[in-house]
Amino acid sequence: MSAIERMKMEADIVCVGFGPATAGFLTTLTRALLKEDGTPAFESKVMPGMPLQIMCYERADDIGFGVSGVVTKATFIKASFPDKDLTKEIPNAVAAGDEKVAYLFDYLGASQRDPGTMFVDAVFKGGRFFMGKCPEAAELPWIPPFLRKEGGIVMSIGSFVSWIGAELMSSGLVQIWPGTPVSEPVFEGDKVVGVRLADQGVDLQGNPDPANFMPGMDIHAPLVVVGDGPVGAVGRTLDDHFGLPEGNHQHDWAVGMKAVIELPESCTLKPGTVIHTLGYPEQEIFGFMYVYPDRTASLGIFVPSWFDSPVRTTYTYLQHWMQHPYIWRHIEGGRLRSWGAKSLQESGVRGEPYLTGDGYVRIGEGSGTTNVLTNSGVDEAWHSGVLLAEGVIDLLQRDEPFTKANLDATYVKRRREDKLNADLQKAKRARDGFQDGFFKGMMGTGMTGMTNGAMNVSSQSRPPSQRIKTLLETFAGRISEQDLAAAVAQCAKDKQPLHDTLMVLAGWPEIKMDGELLMSHQDVLFKGGKVQAAGGFANHVTFAHPEICRTCKERTCIEICSAQAIMPGEEGEPPEFDREKCIHCGACVWSCSKALPEDPEKTNVLFGAGSGGLHSNEN
Amino acid sequence: MCSLALGPADCTQMKINQMENKTMEGLQIVVCGTLVPDPLQTLEPVTTPTVPGLKNETMLPSVLDPWAAHSLYEAANLAKKVPGSKVYLVSLGPKAKLQQLMMTVAQKVPFELVAIDGSASGFTDAMEVAKTLAAAIEAIPGLDKARLLVFGGCASASRDAGVTMQLIGEQLGITDQFVGVDEIRMSDDGSFSVLERIEGGQYLASTCAGAPAVLAWATGSLPEPPNNPQVGMANMRFVIPALQKARPVAVGVGSINFEKSEVPAQKRATRIVKDVSADVIAAEIVEWIKG
Repeated sequence: MSAIERMKMEADIVCVGFGPATAGFLTTLTRALLKEDGTPAFESKVMPGMPLQIMCYERADDIGFGVSGVVTKATFIKASFPDKDLTKEIPNAVAAGDEKVAYLFDYLGASQRDPGTMFVDAVFKGGRFFMGKCPEAAELPWIPPFLRKEGGIVMSIGSFVSWIGAELMSSGLVQIWPGTPVSEPVFEGDKVVGVRLADQGVDLQGNPDPANFMPGMDIHAPLVVVGDGPVGAVGRTLDDHFGLPEGNHQHDWAVGMKAVIELPESCTLKPGTVIHTLGYPEQEIFGFMYVYPDRTASLGIFVPSWFDSPVRTTYTYLQHWMQHPYIWRHIEGGRLRSWGAKSLQESGVRGEPYLTGDGYVRIGEGSGTTNVLTNSGVDEAWHSGVLLAEGVIDLLQRDEPFTKANLDATYVKRRREDKLNADLQKAKRARDGFQDGFFKGMMGTGMTGMTNGAMNVSSQSRPPSQRIKTLLETFAGRISEQDLAAAVAQCAKDKQPLHDTLMVLAGWPEIKMDGELLMSHQDVLFKGGKVQAAGGFANHVTFAHPEICRTCKERTCIEICSAQAIMPGEEGEPPEFDREKCIHCGACVWSCSKALPEDPEKTNVLFGAGSGGLHSNEN
Repeated sequence: MCSLALGPADCTQMKINQMENKTMEGLQIVVCGTLVPDPLQTLEPVTTPTVPGLKNETMLPSVLDPWAAHSLYEAANLAKKVPGSKVYLVSLGPKAKLQQLMMTVAQKVPFELVAIDGSASGFTDAMEVAKTLAAAIEAIPGLDKARLLVFGGCASASRDAGVTMQLIGEQLGITDQFVGVDEIRMSDDGSFSVLERIEGGQYLASTCAGAPAVLAWATGSLPEPPNNPQVGMANMRFVIPALQKARPVAVGVGSINFEKSEVPAQKRATRIVKDVSADVIAAEIVEWIKG
């Protein structure tokens, strides 16, 4: 493909991905681009006589598509808008109010619980008399400070990002282009000189269609700001090129699957209510419910990479979680409005890549900003963008180039000296214990939180591919070897994922669909996620070594796929990928049970730049 | 204008009358089109103090009305073929939402935006909308009706009265009007032939001596163009100024009373199949409808 002649365009700054981090960057930067008299403060280097040419390319079909509900202290975000009450500016936002943390009991007896969790079960069941009374659950009488979000905001990140985007575009100082996936950085040696947009008018394998081929354009710029999230093609290509700093890793992940529902009139939860749950549907799976204004709520679960079962379908688990009596009493009679999923890079600051290089800089979640102690990422991602903007403004004012040295002296220095970094360092080892199970993980998080990071639980970190158990190990004692083999054979014949069949065999009840809150995976994809993809792009999920897939028994990529976009193919063949159904959550990348032979830190699933996905901005 | 009905198999260009021989100049193609909610969204009518509306309307993702989008792509294609032509997109909608919409639409084809800040809900009166759009067209600097083709959708995904384009033509004094257009072919002398959809899967083939004319498009035949960053950059030179000077208008405010609004009952059972014949799918759908 390197022989393809590509058109080239010049900009001063090009941003990849428009999420909270880029929003923070552009919000701060644009405020410095005009003098008091309204004339440009800085002249474009690439278009002399013009103001700075700043472009932002976003994969999703519109800005704000495909992100999720959140409760955030919003300390940094609020600091960017000192004169505004954000709950009045951002659609559907509300001040965080009543907070609850509930431990859910397994009222069905279907989950897998180790002895540590059974001990925790017993403690909570025994202690219910002094906890909040609620069905099949115990509410913690006290929430540790590091988990509280008091004074914060409950909001849809989609609405937040849409609001910021509109503000930015109305300034006329920046152009944000949705529906434009960026496939890779453009290198000159180790220097990044721009980005390459994804080819259009190609078949699923990427071969040009002579009638419609439009080679992805190269956008050259002195500075490339990479904020394309944890599974973004540009960030991952940079990681491939430069590796990670010594000692850092990106082993810890989770997929968050969420729905926005219209609550029934009988629901008494007030807007701003924040509920977090643990203990069910599996000990490793956490849940949340945030109540928006106008009787709507965002709710969902997180399935972490240390949930070692290959049968890790998030959607089925979400449906079981929703039906837990503690949750169901609030939502029964409601209606699902929206749905989506997203991968979260949960290694936090441990997953930090090289933040800068000649011509590029990393911000946001993909740059390791998630605080894994406070479970907070949006505010931190925003702030990394703000810190970068301050550094860039410094360099623009001094008319100095965007070299690694200059970016280190401005952006990285600021980031290292900021409260952001201090908090991330305290949180660094908060989740280490989960590597050895739920009980140790809870102990570790508590210890880190209560000692401000001074004391932690230690454990050995492994990439998910080295953790995932076999089917036999996972269902030992619950499904006989014969039944398991028969179920696997039948699913392969029917070209169906394993999860629903195996979960039922393991004791989970079948989901009784009501078409309102509980619906088939396909229905939630289209009714909730409104998923679609423009034609003319190549498959963005491929398998590095198909021969490895042919002998893979777990096929975790199929089981984890949030959208049933990866499904069993012909028997003995690799899974089939349907790009029109993919919601770009990226869970397949880190859930693959097969390490890449040439780099065991990576897996056999390749995730590139693709177009389309969710079409809902109220998640 | 002359017309002849054709079957779909022989919808070739028919020229019935001898046209006056003249040299074609560049066209001014004005496309009328605005946003509608993304068709994939769940729409729920609600009652507002003034007119019916949609729940969370300000938050609903929008797309360019698919019918108008076809006409925009056809306009751009035609402009490319006729040297010296220019495409305008006249868009009536809430300014903030238009702005967001333009970041997608502007990447598709070259055009100059004329923005009008007002309601784009499905609950506006077609005549009111037509008057507003016609006034905006009349106000385009350098407008030359002798070169004017007014394009738009033959209907709207959110406002399916199907008469807005004709009313715009009436306001502009344009009598040559074509509805349900799928094709236009220009001749060197400025005349053109048009295929309009009519009953029975047939086309009405017409020829027209030349501009001005109104063409309310069906789907045309062009695919959605890919996103082209260079086109987007070029369009932005006009989009931002057009949005900044968008004139506010009071369309859809109190001129019409709606007694009731509702969406049809829905029954949904999605199953994705890619290797089943159309006959089998049709039979299955029939069974499903029968319940």
